Amino acid sequence: MVAESGKIDPMHQFLIEPLFGRDWAIAGQNIAFTNSALWMVVTLAALMLFMLGGMKRELVPGRWQAMVESFTGFISGMMATNIGPEGKKFTPYVFSLFMFILIANIMGMMPVGVVGLHPFAVTSHLTVTGLLAILSFSIVLVVGFWRHGFHFFSLFVPHGTPVYMIPLIFVIELFSFLIRPFSLGLRLFVAMTAGHILMKVLAGFVINGVNAGALTVAIVSIPSFILMIGITLLELLVCAIQAYVFALLTSLYLNDAINLH
Amino acid sequence: MDFASAQVIGAGLAAIGVGAAAIGVGNVFGSFLESALRNPAAADGQQGRLFIGFAAAELLGLIAFAVAMIILYAR
Repeated sequence: MVAESGKIDPMHQFLIEPLFGRDWAIAGQNIAFTNSALWMVVTLAALMLFMLGGMKRELVPGRWQAMVESFTGFISGMMATNIGPEGKKFTPYVFSLFMFILIANIMGMMPVGVVGLHPFAVTSHLTVTGLLAILSFSIVLVVGFWRHGFHFFSLFVPHGTPVYMIPLIFVIELFSFLIRPFSLGLRLFVAMTAGHILMKVLAGFVINGVNAGALTVAIVSIPSFILMIGITLLELLVCAIQAYVFALLTSLYLNDAINLH
Repeated sequence: MDFASAQVIGAGLAAIGVGAAAIGVGNVFGSFLESALRNPAAADGQQGRLFIGFAAAELLGLIAFAVAMIILYAR
């Protein structure tokens, strides 16, 4: 038999457990090295390997350098169309954000389960995505107030608003502005969590169907397995789309702060 | 009705929102494709707006999923 059957527990994969340093502490807070931290390190190592391999600055780019340049060109093109020439300064931040999220998402999908390790999607936790969202939001606030001072508040009153509508519009626009870090962090977190739960549930169908006998293999396991291949491809697409959407929305919010409508 | 069954029924009802978001995402991409075929030259410039619309529609479905999970695992 493949593995023991039983009740499917799709939430177990998101458990954060300390690997070593259980008794490390700073000011009473435990700072053990967890599996989440391990996969962040793996993501960072993969990212560094990818970038260093393509940053040889050859005049005629090889395959690897062309790959890296297509990523950097993609992000700098996005910044140029959304923000304009002012966006060049923020390209390194948005590029780091995009590459970290993309590689963290893909690392969570890696089939290292076949050698007995447990992949862990770093971005399936609100603490990580929420922190990235707060970072983006803080940069927007700092840049906005730095460049425009209190004139930044004119962002909340669109041009041509009738005077008697200004109080209402101001409150609505303020709320839609303040909700941004939540929607930004929540979108990435829930998209990754939902995909991983779906795949775990389907994997549970396959295992339980194989264990239950030949009939259930034919009517449950094989269709579930075929569906799972499709869902895995869809999830790889979602990994890329969510990283792109996060970077795109960050650049749009930066555009609001730099150009004020 | 005991708490556990009410919980499962509630989570199932909350999951309807995911289907509604599926209609929204379909609308976003469908309308984009329809207008992109009318004017293919302008399509590439609008891809950013396409993904903004997709992200907004998708977020509401994902919130429905989050509500379903909160109900399902409530104590």
